[in-house]
Amino acid sequence: MSNTPDGLKYAKTHEWVKDNGDGTVTVGISDHAQELLGDLVFVELPEAGSDIAAGDEIAVVESVKAASDIYSPLSGKILGINEVLNDAPESINDSPYEEGWLFTLKITDKSELDALMDADAYTKHAQDEEH
Amino acid sequence: MLIFEQSQSGRRATAQAPGNAATLKSIPESLRRKQPAALPEVSEMQSVRHYTRLSRKNFSIDTHFYPLGSCTMKYNPRGCNTLAMLPGFVARHPYAPESHSQGFMACMYELQEILKEVTGMREVSLTPAAGAQGEFTGIAMIKAYHDTNGDHERSEIIVPDAAHGTNPATAVMCGYKVREIPTMKDGDIDIDALKSVLGPQTAGIMLTNPSTVGVFERRIREISDLVHKAGGLLYYDGANLNAILGKVRPGDMGFDAIHMNLHKTFSTPHGGGGPGAGPVGVSERLIPFLPVPMVSYDGGNYQWLTQTERPQSIGQLTAFGGNSGVLLRAYIYAKMLGREGMVRVAEYATLNANYLMKLLTDSGFQAAYPERRASHEFILTLKKEANELGVSTMDFAKRMLDYGVHAPTTYFPLLIPECLLVEPTETESLEELDNFVEVMQKIRHEAEHQPEIVTSAPHSMPVKRLDDVKAARELDLRWQPPES
Repeated sequence: MSNTPDGLKYAKTHEWVKDNGDGTVTVGISDHAQELLGDLVFVELPEAGSDIAAGDEIAVVESVKAASDIYSPLSGKILGINEVLNDAPESINDSPYEEGWLFTLKITDKSELDALMDADAYTKHAQDEEH
Repeated sequence: MLIFEQSQSGRRATAQAPGNAATLKSIPESLRRKQPAALPEVSEMQSVRHYTRLSRKNFSIDTHFYPLGSCTMKYNPRGCNTLAMLPGFVARHPYAPESHSQGFMACMYELQEILKEVTGMREVSLTPAAGAQGEFTGIAMIKAYHDTNGDHERSEIIVPDAAHGTNPATAVMCGYKVREIPTMKDGDIDIDALKSVLGPQTAGIMLTNPSTVGVFERRIREISDLVHKAGGLLYYDGANLNAILGKVRPGDMGFDAIHMNLHKTFSTPHGGGGPGAGPVGVSERLIPFLPVPMVSYDGGNYQWLTQTERPQSIGQLTAFGGNSGVLLRAYIYAKMLGREGMVRVAEYATLNANYLMKLLTDSGFQAAYPERRASHEFILTLKKEANELGVSTMDFAKRMLDYGVHAPTTYFPLLIPECLLVEPTETESLEELDNFVEVMQKIRHEAEHQPEIVTSAPHSMPVKRLDDVKAARELDLRWQPPES
């Protein structure tokens, strides 16, 4: 079973969001998503400083099977990106919630967080998609 | 030993060497390379052996059954090639005057007419040099149409989630934003989702029919009406044209632009990176924007249509009129088939696919769309085998090589788990199809009893199971001299 920690928020498109409590969030992809994708070989990250809207295609992760778009779960400005992934995309496979984070975001609309799923709802969503 | 490692300084294949260096002098100094190319120096026999050995490693349509879904790897009659190689064609200079090119131009004109008839489009231009360029041409013409109408707010192209990756790429290349719509459980497009994204911002939709999931989009007329009502145009990706040749016509379905892959449907070997031919056909409203040159006929002579006659054309795509060799083979193939033969291509392509799907599902494999009839290809989902036996689609694919079958397309379309997309084509015999079913059954039997044979396959190929993760992460594409 894939690991879906409590305390994070999840998007239907399989990104996780961690509320850092200071108006910023950290975003990555779920353990379930990395399992589906398989071994990652390339990650294309957004540019720090760019303004984005919720639902924008913002990054690309590429595995030996496929290239998949990553959508921003929230609106805001990109603060930082995880440069480690340029050389070590496998960090996402090894540690999707810690070393494998993708980017941090200064959010513009806190209420967007409420629209995301909690761990239980996401687990159910992922199971439904399987069938 | 690699050919580079056989190299000895000064060794020559004299008989094959280029005539002399006189030609070099005609190249301006500034354009000549400073360092000689690092090519191996070998004898004639060494180079013959090198290429012969390489060719024996080929796993190709000429040696093996090759059911690679969405690629239409079918037999290309040698006769088409022989005729396209006639000296009058091969030696014709592209700058030869019209009066000296009437035979060639007649073939091109007739090919335009045949393709119009087959697709139900109003006019055809042969010039795009590949499928991707044909796609680009199609969307560029749609853009030119909206621009000419002063309709500058149309910024979006709609693409189904099962589409070929080239579709969204083409839309983006032409400056559009891509709106993706989902496929329903029965394989058809979700019409409600389509309605929700249609609007004054819609430039058009890109569709493949039969779709990439191997079924015919049944509500195509309704889709076409909806898109046209919103002011958008419809683009037809000709990837799966083989399934409907002479049976159903994209023009009658309501499409405004279409590209055809002559190098898959019309008798040119492909899969090797070219050359190709991706002619485009259009409905009435896009005629002025077709790429030039095209061939016209006044009842007596054939003439080139250029930007002068077609001022609104999106322009020229290649130096001359596309890849003439591929176009000639397509023309000869079409003439050899005739109207009746064209229909039989579609009939046998779909019959073979449905025969395979029936036998395979009867023997326990799961079809992705069991309630639908296959077009020229169908999808198996090996989810059950992966979950219960720990043997993935990739393992099945690798093991097939040991049994002398090229693997079908794997893991495409992405929305089907453990996906195997099988396209037998019309040119395979009943025996070959039955053998494929047997191979699939054998591999499943192995998966049940000795799964490690399957998960470590292939065992009989010149290269064994590759570490594709390592290969992708540590790119190593060319030979380099050892550090001395």
